[in-house]
Amino acid sequence: MTSRNNKPIIEVKGLSKEYRIGMDRTYKRFTESFTNAVCHPIRTLRENAQPKDTFWALKDINFEVERGEVLGIIGRNGAGKSTLLKILSRITYPTEGEIVMRGRVGSLLEVGTGFHPELTGRENIYFNGAILGMKKREIEDKFDEIIKFSGVEKFLDTPVKRYSSGMNVRLAFSVAAHLDPEILLVDEVLAVGDAEFQKKCLGKMGEVASEGRTVLFVSHNLEAVRRLCPRGILIESGEIILDGSVEQSLEQYLQEGNSRKTEFILKEIPQDAPAWVRRMRVENDSGVPCSSFPVGRPWRVRLFLNVERSETNLSIGIGISKNGFGVGSTWSKPEEYIHGIYEVVLSCHNISLTPGEYSLTVTISSFGGKSFSLRDIIAININPFADIDFSSHRIGYGIIVNPLNIEKIVRVLEHD
Amino acid sequence: MTEQTSDFELVIRPKYGLFDLNWKELKEYHELLFFLALREIKIRYKQTVMGASWAVLQPLFTMVVFTLIFGGLAQMPSEGIPYALFSYSGLLLWIYFQNALTNAGNSLVGNAPLLSKVYMPRIFIPTAPCLAGLADYGIAMTILAVMMVYYQFVPTAAVLLLPAIVFLTLLLAAGVGYWLSSISVKYRDVQFALPFFIQLLMFVSPVIYPTDILSGNLQWLLSLNPLTGLINAHRAVLLGHVPVDYAGLGISAVITIVIFASGVLYLRRTEKYFADLV
Repeated sequence: MTSRNNKPIIEVKGLSKEYRIGMDRTYKRFTESFTNAVCHPIRTLRENAQPKDTFWALKDINFEVERGEVLGIIGRNGAGKSTLLKILSRITYPTEGEIVMRGRVGSLLEVGTGFHPELTGRENIYFNGAILGMKKREIEDKFDEIIKFSGVEKFLDTPVKRYSSGMNVRLAFSVAAHLDPEILLVDEVLAVGDAEFQKKCLGKMGEVASEGRTVLFVSHNLEAVRRLCPRGILIESGEIILDGSVEQSLEQYLQEGNSRKTEFILKEIPQDAPAWVRRMRVENDSGVPCSSFPVGRPWRVRLFLNVERSETNLSIGIGISKNGFGVGSTWSKPEEYIHGIYEVVLSCHNISLTPGEYSLTVTISSFGGKSFSLRDIIAININPFADIDFSSHRIGYGIIVNPLNIEKIVRVLEHD
Repeated sequence: MTEQTSDFELVIRPKYGLFDLNWKELKEYHELLFFLALREIKIRYKQTVMGASWAVLQPLFTMVVFTLIFGGLAQMPSEGIPYALFSYSGLLLWIYFQNALTNAGNSLVGNAPLLSKVYMPRIFIPTAPCLAGLADYGIAMTILAVMMVYYQFVPTAAVLLLPAIVFLTLLLAAGVGYWLSSISVKYRDVQFALPFFIQLLMFVSPVIYPTDILSGNLQWLLSLNPLTGLINAHRAVLLGHVPVDYAGLGISAVITIVIFASGVLYLRRTEKYFADLV
């Protein structure tokens, strides 16, 4: 071990990237004499270099990555994740700041870049490999492995334009997966191919990570991020919001993920309803408004209720549906409410839902009277990060996923 | 696993100096340049019936038409050799230059996915078509060989200069290609101006007429076009019908090198922003 091995393999210091908005206009001006651009390139360049609206895709990003670390980068679309990877892979340059990388960098920003439809699978393997930075020798050494992984052996000498899109992607990923850099930058490549191939890709990524190579991984497949990366960086609007364990980052991300409405406010006051809901919101078990919950984590509904006239048997019901299909409903016991405004908290701990989007309907019904109903007014998301009680249970099938408890394990016969 | 700890340290900063060309990197990636050129050659005539014979047909038919019109109808002088031979020996180099420049000029915009998805020395993208064009040049050369046998022309020792002349033409096409392809990333106007520019360029190059039909002043002006010296020398070293004009070739070489070097600098300076603009 040399001393430089103790230095972080990637150091990012004060990195910022500014983009100009409306840059596209410059080359669309056909009416501008084209000879102008040819004869006076300098002048034309200067004219176009006048200040325009700008925005910062990344703002003062600082982090370090140690050798062998696998880092997940999480954030919404447009948060700046891809810009960060593009700068790290030298496709585009930063406006400010500095990056030091102490190792060979390979980047997988999109599979199949440089695939030419007219060339055969074999030719494209060589060409794509070279584009990704492999030497001819390396490609030759790994050629058999690559075609085996891709599963397109039979079509190796067919132009790739005759390939199905699935075959195309498989071949492209196989080349990319056999890249051997010290630092691997991966962006969204897992979003391709069928479920089985995706699983294979994930396996390969895990293998790369376990070989002690440094990986920076961007994906919207949160489950994959969680499985591969111990550390996570959460980026929002070009800034690092959180740099910590992947669990922390994901939790924060899903919390921030409440771009979904967490609160409903009634705009029109209904006529002759005995009681109506003026506001409703979903929150977690400590009362924080929220719309995404891990499987099994309790959630509750807070209602602000206007009771127009006193009722003796008023019952509140919450209906849960998924894709328009009713999952179930739960009702409160009928109670007496006198005229006034109420704040009500409803919770139901006995049903656990599988991951997915659900929408909530609220109904207030008085015994024998008119009922008031608001359909699908709030959406909640159950995310696949199971709560402690559920962590070792399978949660994938159907809609309801209460854990199955084993009462007794008895060994009845000793095996010989 | 063998531990491959390279002493590699890469620093990415907003700006590099004008002359920071990073030759080491070009050397490291040199295989890619040949892959790019090879791809260019392989895909050029895919799914055509005639295949690589297009490389011959283009100069051949142009020569036939020129010979009928300029040699036959217009009675254009041709340095005392058959007009067909005169025009073909010029066209051979001209068509190489024309194709190389057209492809190089459109290469960066045409390979936008390469610019925005992977890193590589961008300079390879316009260089590759200039290299690939040499294959066509070689194929078309066979027709000249046949014609020389037919007209009984034997090249002199000066033919040893041929590789240098072709190489200078490559540098010229690449140099102009660097300028135009870099500019076209930002200003697509280049795509419209380029064919037009190339068409005009042929008329100010001694492809269909010999330089000596022009008056002194015009001849001097024409010699500022680097193709003048190259095409004249190309013809002279192959056919040996006139002595090689070393002065003219020298002027061309100097202008070519200036264009090439400035093209390299301009491309390397602007390439950082290609991915944002393309």
